[in-house]
Amino acid sequence: MAQAELPQKGMTQLHANVSQRQLISASFAILGLLVIFIVLVVLLALVVSLFIQGAPCLTWQFFTSFPSSNPEEAGILAAWVGSLLVMLVTMIIAIPLGVAAGIYLEEYASQNWLSALIEINVTNLAGVPSIVYGLLALGFFNQTLGLGESILTAGLTLGLLILPIVIVTTREALRAIPSLLREAAYALGASKWQMIWDHILPYSFGSILTGIIIGMSRAIGETAPLITIGALTFIAFLPPSPIQAEFPFISLEWLKAPFTVMPIQMFNWVSRPEQEFQVNAAAAGVILIFMTLALNGLAIYLRYRFRKGIKW
Amino acid sequence: MVEDVSSRILNSSAISPKAEVRNLDFYYGGTVHALKNINMMVPEHKVTALIGPSGCGKTTLLRCFNRMHDLYSGNRYGGEVLLDDINILDKKVDPIEVRMRISMVFQRPNPFPKSIFENVAYGLRVQGLTKRSAVDEKVEQALKGSALWDEVKDRLNDSAYTLSGGQQQRLCIARAIATNPDIVLFDEPTSALDPIATASIEDLVNELKQQVTILIVTHSMQQAARLSDYTAFMYLGELLEFNQTTILFNQPAHKRTQDYVSGRFG
Repeated sequence: MAQAELPQKGMTQLHANVSQRQLISASFAILGLLVIFIVLVVLLALVVSLFIQGAPCLTWQFFTSFPSSNPEEAGILAAWVGSLLVMLVTMIIAIPLGVAAGIYLEEYASQNWLSALIEINVTNLAGVPSIVYGLLALGFFNQTLGLGESILTAGLTLGLLILPIVIVTTREALRAIPSLLREAAYALGASKWQMIWDHILPYSFGSILTGIIIGMSRAIGETAPLITIGALTFIAFLPPSPIQAEFPFISLEWLKAPFTVMPIQMFNWVSRPEQEFQVNAAAAGVILIFMTLALNGLAIYLRYRFRKGIKW
Repeated sequence: MVEDVSSRILNSSAISPKAEVRNLDFYYGGTVHALKNINMMVPEHKVTALIGPSGCGKTTLLRCFNRMHDLYSGNRYGGEVLLDDINILDKKVDPIEVRMRISMVFQRPNPFPKSIFENVAYGLRVQGLTKRSAVDEKVEQALKGSALWDEVKDRLNDSAYTLSGGQQQRLCIARAIATNPDIVLFDEPTSALDPIATASIEDLVNELKQQVTILIVTHSMQQAARLSDYTAFMYLGELLEFNQTTILFNQPAHKRTQDYVSGRFG
């Protein structure tokens, strides 16, 4: 309603003016509540139906069995071990590289056309479809470097996939630290590295961690790039143990082992014609959701622990 | 009325300067000529105030003393700031060396989100002091020096953010004096504080000049008059007048200074 004049100062006119504005405010609150309700109900319905469907399968045996052509006996042992190991390699690749690159780009790189170009490319890479990373990995890691269809190839691929996410969130987290605090550190004679290491990195660690977890949550559910590099869909053995009885006690043989991961196992079961396998797929879906949930829970816990150290 | 004009002229040979500014020019981003040919002295163990209307360049001048402008690209200095006959603006001088000798207290209290103890200890740690007892001693000294010790001695491990605004600013002063600097720069240290906290900071500045040389930017003429021994009046990037505070306020040489200190503009 277009008004040419301010409302009259009489109590009743003021009341009409205010209640109209309050109405708009309240209607947005109702709209928001409604949207949240719809989203929650849909999500909950999905998870609950998955859970109900998969419940008969959620036994200890399901976790400790290899896949089988008999749906009753089939389990996810190879898949969850594979997922865990691939995620481990992904973490080792993506976290140090991503955080270091983010720090360099945000704090050290001079602001010129080159850094602008890199920034655009990194942001763009975060949105590239994962299958493209799969193709790159197939050509480069698998063929050129000869790493084969191994856990190492998968970890490198997923690490590359989430690297841009880690870089971008690291930069944003560092940028959010007020310049007053940077100047305070510099004014005391801190070098650039001391300023970063003693101050802005710890202060922004919680946000950086969030970015890492978002990346990891994405990586744990990825299927396409891993199928592209040649992950198995049916596997009946585990990678060699990383711990040995004899010297040097640690073995890296598992890096070269073939593997499968949870989403591939699930996809494999879904595409089977037998109805019984749908139950297995649902159960694997529930486990995958809980794995992601556990990852997020861990992040929240770490962030909480860390914020206690930082005394805002 | 016969006025003795010569008594109004600053007798510079009577001053023992801690630092001296000679023909200082400063350019923001290489283009904005923010400081024009500044010449002044910072007398040792005195409080020197920089006053002038907003945008006159007083904070810019202050931040030349600890090379804060080096943090942002494109800024350029001309001329000299001498500290013990060394030009601290020289490219060969690392800004970090300068900041180890000239510390700063900012306009708004900006303690680190760490404990009270760690805030004060940080400057010492940066400079490589690690011996626990030595750090403890210097922290206590600095907190006593900033009149905060009695209020915080039982909660040194609490967050600095649990302190009030005035206490936070005194903590920042403790942080700035812990490393025994030659000069402490104050950039409008009380503009974010209430009158009582302001008074305690002012008392503190008065105490501190026994130990260190103080350069303070203030927008409050009363504060400059109360606190400082010498005052520089700046206007549009130039230093119009530099003299003993009593002379600058009572018998200014320039009409503009007169107008500003009598509250006619600014």
